[in-house]
Amino acid sequence: MNAPAIAPALTAQDFKSDYKPVWCPGCGDYTVLASITRALAALQLRPEKVAVVSGIGCSSRIPAYTTCYGFHGVHGRALAAATGLKVARPDLTVLVAGGDGDGYSIGGNHFLHACRRNIDLTDIVMDNHVYGMTKGQPSPTTEPDWKSKLSPAGTGLREFHPLVIALAAGANFIARAFSGDPSGTAAVIGEAIRHPGFSFVEVLSPCVTFRPEQRAWKEAVHPASVAATDDPARAARRLMTDDGFNTGVLYKGTRPAYSAAAGKTTLHPADLEKDFAL
Amino acid sequence: MSPTKAARATTPKKPRANGTRAAAGPYAQFMARAYAMETDAAERYADFADQMDVHNNPEVAELFRKLSSIEALHAKRILEEMGWKQPPRAPLAWDEAEPPETTAHTELHYLMQPYHALQLALRNEQRAEQFFARIARARKAPPEVRRAATELAEEEREHVRLIREWMKRVPKPEKDWDRDPDPPGLSD
Ligand SMILES: Cc1ncc(C[n+]2csc(CCOP(=O)(O)OP(=O)(O)O)c2C)c(N)n1
Ligand code: SF4
Repeated sequence: MNAPAIAPALTAQDFKSDYKPVWCPGCGDYTVLASITRALAALQLRPEKVAVVSGIGCSSRIPAYTTCYGFHGVHGRALAAATGLKVARPDLTVLVAGGDGDGYSIGGNHFLHACRRNIDLTDIVMDNHVYGMTKGQPSPTTEPDWKSKLSPAGTGLREFHPLVIALAAGANFIARAFSGDPSGTAAVIGEAIRHPGFSFVEVLSPCVTFRPEQRAWKEAVHPASVAATDDPARAARRLMTDDGFNTGVLYKGTRPAYSAAAGKTTLHPADLEKDFAL
Repeated sequence: MSPTKAARATTPKKPRANGTRAAAGPYAQFMARAYAMETDAAERYADFADQMDVHNNPEVAELFRKLSSIEALHAKRILEEMGWKQPPRAPLAWDEAEPPETTAHTELHYLMQPYHALQLALRNEQRAEQFFARIARARKAPPEVRRAATELAEEEREHVRLIREWMKRVPKPEKDWDRDPDPPGLSD
């Protein structure tokens, strides 16, 4: 009898496709890609068991650069597509990746409801406080006084606080990472994948082309001084007073992940069709 | 089986995080770490080479590719020395933000020149040397680990010397090397 074939352990390299990323040299998204592939290898997943879903933007190009299943969807709709995928194929590990424009602006409503539904997804938002792909417009996380040719007087608008909003909307895991810390980013992504329910990872990922001053983020970030809490009230206090540069896992909730079984009377499309039979 | 049940039956258990594959004993663990360091460096230089290819900077791309193959060779040597048929699994995370022999992606510039690439490589080799030298000095480390760390620190010191030599043969960049009359950023 032949010995059973044992699949060799995969390395991060096995999760990288042959396509060369077209990001600007220095873009933080390179590290996020490397951290995702590293985390997937460390978790001993296999590319055919993982799907990476995205919308539109520089950061949303990530699926093409992995060997996993990928879905490069329309702008702002990555979470909607990922929700459908995970419910239909719970056996897959589903990651969502994109930018602050895709995730908080056009996709902001999906973000709220993905947190609320608590489906077992990992949402990685590469936040560079700008629309990189469309040449530098302000995004919901742009500072009110950031001036550029496209916003000469700044927006004057208060920034969106994604972590607080994620907590209030029901996300079960909330973390912040910095792309200048590939080890920390890989560790946080790995933990997010393992945590049940909706895991939200905000990665500060500099856009060196339109926000070159973000290279200085490496001096601003600092690891969170306290361990992650599972108490939403305590997490709310911490996140509300957060300076935006605290990194690490900040909240690890205990809410059970959405189960397709709960509250369902029928699931099969054929059952639905019966109601419309002539 | 109903689709609901089928869905539940196929719901996977959460994967477990895994550090280095249990290499037996502190010496093997230390060498697994050294191996991870060299592969990290090889992969990062290969990434950098790809970036330079994409941005039409073939000279620097070639240099990064060369550096990548040198690091890959070091990794292979460790495998052979240890008699490992399969590479040990890389750690999920290093204690340091950046692995000891790599530079962050944010340090690249599309107009960078070979001299800049070598400066970056020099810093990597110096950090790698310091990493091993620290272990070589650690009183608590087992003697065989300290011996191996001493040897590896010595090798890294030699690389520092070689890169310094290499830098002498490469022109130093002009002061305004990063000036671009048609920059990609509208906000410039
Ligand atoms: C429906 C629709 N509206 C607008 C756009 C134009 N658009 C493309 S990417 C983008 C913003 C991308 O910003 P972000 O998600 O922050 O990603 P980044 O490029 O910074 O990584 C916009 C507005 C589009 N593609 N589709
Ligand atoms: S424009 Fe900004 S976000 Fe887009 S690839 Fe370049 S650096 Fe990255």
